Amino acid sequence: MNIRLAALIIMGVLSLSACSNRFDGMGAGANDPSKAGNYQPNTPEYFVASVGDRVLFAVDQSTLSSEAMSILDKQADWLAQNGEFSALIEGHADEQGTREYNLALGARRASAVQAYLVSRGVADNRLSTVTYGKERPIEICSTEECWSKNRRAVTVVQVGTTS
Amino acid sequence: MRTILRSLFTGVLSAVSLATVAVAQDAKGPLRIEITEGVIEPLPFAAPTFAPESAQAAEMAANITSVVVADLTGSGIFREIPPSAHISGITNFDSPIQFSDWKAVNAQALITGAVAVQGNGQISVKFRLFDVFAQSALGDGLQFQGTSNDWRRMAHKVADAVYSRLTGESGYFDSRVVFVSESGPKNARRKRLALMDYDGANYRNLTDDHALVLAPRFSNDGRQVLYTSYETGKPKVFVLDLATMRQHALDDLPGMTFSPRFSPDDRTILLSLSDGGNTDIYSVDVATGQRSRLTSAPSIETAPSYSPDGRQIVFESDRAGTQQLYIMAASGGEARRISFGAGRYGTPVWSPRGDLVAFTKINQGRFHVGVMRLDGSDERLLTASFLDEGPTWSPNGRVLMFFRQNAGSDGAPSLYSVDISGRNLRKVPTPEFGSDPSWSGLLK
Repeated sequence: MNIRLAALIIMGVLSLSACSNRFDGMGAGANDPSKAGNYQPNTPEYFVASVGDRVLFAVDQSTLSSEAMSILDKQADWLAQNGEFSALIEGHADEQGTREYNLALGARRASAVQAYLVSRGVADNRLSTVTYGKERPIEICSTEECWSKNRRAVTVVQVGTTS
Repeated sequence: MRTILRSLFTGVLSAVSLATVAVAQDAKGPLRIEITEGVIEPLPFAAPTFAPESAQAAEMAANITSVVVADLTGSGIFREIPPSAHISGITNFDSPIQFSDWKAVNAQALITGAVAVQGNGQISVKFRLFDVFAQSALGDGLQFQGTSNDWRRMAHKVADAVYSRLTGESGYFDSRVVFVSESGPKNARRKRLALMDYDGANYRNLTDDHALVLAPRFSNDGRQVLYTSYETGKPKVFVLDLATMRQHALDDLPGMTFSPRFSPDDRTILLSLSDGGNTDIYSVDVATGQRSRLTSAPSIETAPSYSPDGRQIVFESDRAGTQQLYIMAASGGEARRISFGAGRYGTPVWSPRGDLVAFTKINQGRFHVGVMRLDGSDERLLTASFLDEGPTWSPNGRVLMFFRQNAGSDGAPSLYSVDISGRNLRKVPTPEFGSDPSWSGLLK
């Protein structure tokens, strides 16, 4: 029963990200439905597929939407249950800006996620941030459909500490 | 390289040094092309193949001549009268010039030269410049000497001397560009630092592509390159010494650092530091490593660039809500906004002449490279495309190089140059994709 439920949630997540052809960080392979139900809840793969590892942002903004906050609430719960994990939060921007500004914007987005997770009880020393600006797009078309997915902060969990 | 500049030994010419070249360009000859911001008619010149002084110098003489011609025509302000139209050639550098032959093909300037190859791997290049209609020499003859590996530099020096005598401004051909060489698909781009001559020749990689690198910036003495590397997993400013090829992180202090730039005397480095999501501008004393914070607003402050006298800094900030350009004292403090047009402005770079700021402008989904005066007046957009970004100045402040990326899933950057008049847009050849160019000063 628990396994069935997890699988259904995964299907929902996958349909949201069906256009994504590459996951960041630990999430590679998570968009393969045949494997989705096999993840143990205390794995990074489960975190990507079932909790949701990323939140999206409006153009040139770093404020968290209510949708983003609900995903981050689930991330905070997962991190609370899996104390051996730490998280590196990657901030990203779309290509509609200059490189240096987008590095700063990505830093802002990563920091907004970090601050929210801390406010939800995650210890500060388990979280670190990095900005990639516009240097690591996951979607490659030059329309809002792709840009909206590239304006993201991705929480990459791993056992131990992140540098 | 040690290019030796010395006099030609004809009776008329006395000892020539770099200093006398400057004198020669001050003494205004009758032939002078004024570079204005309007449309200009390129000045027609002839450069018959330089005379080889021995049989084994023939190929070198032809190569050097073609680089001189490519430099001058590539500037957009000179037009070559092609050799097929020439009535006579120059087989002996010291023979009298038949000015009527050059006047007949409408060459206003005539460049003659000779190339000698010595047994020890050294070559020497001599040249003279003539005003065809006045039937007189423009300035002294010059001779450059160096190793045969540096033959392109000697050609660039000839072209710089011609450019300088005919425009009254210094040239920009004997210079190099450091940039990011990119390869691979758009969602898995690999980036490395690369160095080449301003015209794309002598390309070589400076780093491998195992770590993401961004935005290299030459030191003013041309010996070092500042850049941002993800070597440690996070963006940090690194320094690369071009002589030793050794690279090291500028410091090991916490925080993400990027957008570095040397001061005009190379003794101070400006950079951006991101801490807790807030990005501000700091200066770092190269000798002591001491950091000073120059801005402290909660907004984004980045992309700093010094004025040529080192007393002011132009930078971008979104403190007023969107990305705009500001100027402050080199010590920080109050800043005045200089960009007021529609859209967003970033990546400001102060011109070597000190009178203009070049920038990237984003407006209504289009990117432009443009220039404005220090008070924001006379804004002129020189380019427009899906993505034009990151201008860098030629040594003489006449040309900007930048990168342009096309839209879509195969979007990739290429280097371009454009005259500050907006004319002469040219793609700069690179073996892979190219972005983030930084143009050196004239080589010593």
